[in-house]
Amino acid sequence: MKFDTPAGPNPSDRGRVLGQPRDRIDGPLKVSGRAPYAYEYHAEAPGAAYGWILGASIGKGRIARIDRRAAEAAPGVLLVLTHENAPEQGEDSDYAAPQLQGPEILHYGQAVALVVAESLEEARAAAALIDIAYDAAPGHYDLAEERDQAKLPESGQTPPRTDVGDFETGYARAPVTLDVTYTTPDQSQAMMEPHASMALWEGDTLTLFTSHQIMHWAQEGVAATLRMPQEKLRVVSRYVGGGFGSKLEVYADAVLSALAARLLGRPVKVALSRPLIFNHTTHRAATIQRLRIGTEQDGRIVAIAHESWSGDQESGGTAEEASSQTRLLYAGENRMTRNRLATLDLPFAGSMRAPGEAVGLLALECAMDELAEKLGMDPIELRVRNDVGYAPEEGPAKPFSSRKLVESLRVGAERFGWEKRTAPGLRREGRWRIGLGVAAAVRPNLAQPSQARLRLDGQGQLTVETQMTDIGTGSYTILAQVAAEMLGLPLEAVTVRLGDTDFPKASGSGGSWGANSSGAGVYAAAAELRGMIARKAGFNADDAVFEDGGIRAGNRRIALADIAGAEGLVAEAGIEFGDLSEKYAQASFGAHFCEVAVDADTAEIRIRRMLSVAAAGRVLNPKTARSQCLGGMTMGIGAALMEEAVVDRRHGLFINHDLAEYQVPVHADIPHMDVIFLQEEDDKSSPIKAKGIGELGICGVGAAVANAVYNATGVRLRDYPLTLDKLLREMPAAAA
Amino acid sequence: MIDDAHAAPRRQAPGSAMTSEASMAAGSAAAPRLDLRLTVNGKERSLRLDPRVTLLDALREHLRLTGSKKGCDHGQCGACTVLVNGRRINACLTLAVMHEGDSVTTIEGLGTPEALHPMQAAFVRHDGFQCGYCTPGQICSSVAVLEEIRAGIPSHVTEDLERIEFGEAELRERMSGNICRCAAYPNIIEAIREVQEQGA
Ligand code: FES
Ligand code: FES
Repeated sequence: MKFDTPAGPNPSDRGRVLGQPRDRIDGPLKVSGRAPYAYEYHAEAPGAAYGWILGASIGKGRIARIDRRAAEAAPGVLLVLTHENAPEQGEDSDYAAPQLQGPEILHYGQAVALVVAESLEEARAAAALIDIAYDAAPGHYDLAEERDQAKLPESGQTPPRTDVGDFETGYARAPVTLDVTYTTPDQSQAMMEPHASMALWEGDTLTLFTSHQIMHWAQEGVAATLRMPQEKLRVVSRYVGGGFGSKLEVYADAVLSALAARLLGRPVKVALSRPLIFNHTTHRAATIQRLRIGTEQDGRIVAIAHESWSGDQESGGTAEEASSQTRLLYAGENRMTRNRLATLDLPFAGSMRAPGEAVGLLALECAMDELAEKLGMDPIELRVRNDVGYAPEEGPAKPFSSRKLVESLRVGAERFGWEKRTAPGLRREGRWRIGLGVAAAVRPNLAQPSQARLRLDGQGQLTVETQMTDIGTGSYTILAQVAAEMLGLPLEAVTVRLGDTDFPKASGSGGSWGANSSGAGVYAAAAELRGMIARKAGFNADDAVFEDGGIRAGNRRIALADIAGAEGLVAEAGIEFGDLSEKYAQASFGAHFCEVAVDADTAEIRIRRMLSVAAAGRVLNPKTARSQCLGGMTMGIGAALMEEAVVDRRHGLFINHDLAEYQVPVHADIPHMDVIFLQEEDDKSSPIKAKGIGELGICGVGAAVANAVYNATGVRLRDYPLTLDKLLREMPAAAA
Repeated sequence: MIDDAHAAPRRQAPGSAMTSEASMAAGSAAAPRLDLRLTVNGKERSLRLDPRVTLLDALREHLRLTGSKKGCDHGQCGACTVLVNGRRINACLTLAVMHEGDSVTTIEGLGTPEALHPMQAAFVRHDGFQCGYCTPGQICSSVAVLEEIRAGIPSHVTEDLERIEFGEAELRERMSGNICRCAAYPNIIEAIREVQEQGA
């Protein structure tokens, strides 16, 4: 099915199952510990040997000598692989991730050896016996130092630069100007399930149980690395214990478990140890961001520039595109954005929830708060004044398919009690200074082709099969809801099978495109199945109604079970997206509100209340969608207040490489939080009229927190995270 | 191409005699195995284990009870929380052989998909999880927390040591050893509240 004209009314609009706050259908398995994750396929890959990966302990240089003999002789050891004896693999590319291919060390935590043994304990102990000498080379680990050498990358998810009008002249003439620089640190996705793989060879066919967000990316990556045909590789990720962008890549666990299993002729399982994860896998790169905004006295923006600097490895490096959302959010005739990239020898940068926006808005939305104060305007009014109905870089010819930013701000202000906000530093409750903050949220709506297979059996049970993954997002449930709605079945009659390359290719989970794209894929397959059912039963598909487990036209009704019969019916189809995303700018919008309390003496920051308002197209399941928002809001609080992968500039590593030292929010940090969804169906987005929500929840949250801290204390920090040490230095006298 | 010549695997039964020179290196002696008997989810289990095996790996790898999760293996995340003799414990931070005669309850022992424990059912109702990986630990902790409060065991935020007030501050404090990166925190607190209120 090609989606190239706006969706009209269709069966997904009925709202009987789709759009209802249903419990997750995979819930009972998850809460009872029966849902298998990558390292847990004991029955499918019996007798697996255990692998342990050793990571490089220098940031850059080469292995001078590596002696594996003691490890090989250790009890229980079956195999030791280093660059001296590892099988040759495919060239490094966007997909492939060859391991142990030479003595060069590009980054700390790069795999330098794999030990496989009968038990985990034996493999781990033997890995400690590998004797390695390195020639360390000086590396570049400091973004601020490399900033002036940064260049515009050749490509990216979005263009590295844009220019509209004449920023410099417009800014020079503006009566009110703001020029501020913000910094954000390196961050780690820190999903709870470590990267893990179990490899099982049967002849020349490999089954890889792993933890990945996009099945066909994993398949392409591992097949290219192992130089094997993709048809011979089955990848399975039925349950994924969180990803947040980290599991968009293939790492050493997948490649080395597969290689070792082939060499040993038995299944091998490998998980990355938690301390290895922080330096072996990707992270969100630190940024330096300069914002210049010039306005008229009334707050109308006449010139806006957002420049970002981040760093990554020289070969294959990508920029954190922190300025890109500034192309979409506010009006202004003279504009300039840059996403520059410096060369650093740190571990590879990659995607983390809302790459670009999550940190770009930390800067932009605080700058808007600063600007509002300069103008003597309410920060909401400043944003409303600069609202725009079309892509501001492209003009009225490219309108937004829908944009409820102003409504989000207004509804949120009303619900949150925005009118209680005072001037900075005035509100006090005992030892606490109280402040309110707001920020806008935007996240572009992306779509990917996605297919599904639907089987209807003689009992009237429907099975949905697709490569789509559920990484906590609720895919199992919402896909069942789409299928149930389309075919007039109760949710209980639908079984969903995901995360297996034996199923039709799907969008996978990334870029917030999963629910809308894979939901539309199921919609397409369901439309196909409806046609087959109608034809078989002798109905006209256009005026037949699917409800209560049957098909009806006039007063003729037949149960779907009877039509399917003993042999059943199978439909396979998919969605492809045409050029509606070219004709219309598409994004989800929202607003975040935050109330903080800051201890007047210690500068301890507590989040007291938080509200997010989101306009993200049709909400397929308000219960799971709300949870997605809570997750984003919490990660945004983490970004504002605590998360920082600290760079050791001597040795080139993230030094706080565990879950105690890399701090993420815990129960005690997070109060009750509210989420409001605005009613919206985006007919230009897909036949099911939904948009992305998993990342919108984090976009802008940290800025709302930072703006609330400013409102509480009168202290503006521009260096995230806003930790006590930074705040304490600037705090007004406690008695004030 | 595979360079088999260099990567010939060594196949050696655990504890078999070492032949190579390097086998004399430190650490080459096979670890002894110790016998262990414990009760898991009401069933008596006997194991012969390398003493380095954690309780968590004994459950996951030897008894194939993979409901208890390994998030960090360092006592930093709580995903491995199980109940030992009724008290919660990070199963990754304790060696299995230290638990001779102990009674262990894991998430599998609390309930089944068909017959969920009230806490498990409340987690489903309140969407107290997303990816599900921290969830068994959160649920075991939740069950234990209610017992701790009932038993009058104070926490860092308890104001009156004689009389613990059940409330969200107590719950959040006591649950803070269980990280949920998906951040189902508010929903988890609601689930626990509901179970507490129903049980009260
Ligand atoms: S696995 Fe035990 S606390 Fe993380
Ligand atoms: S549900 Fe994913 S970490 Fe808690």
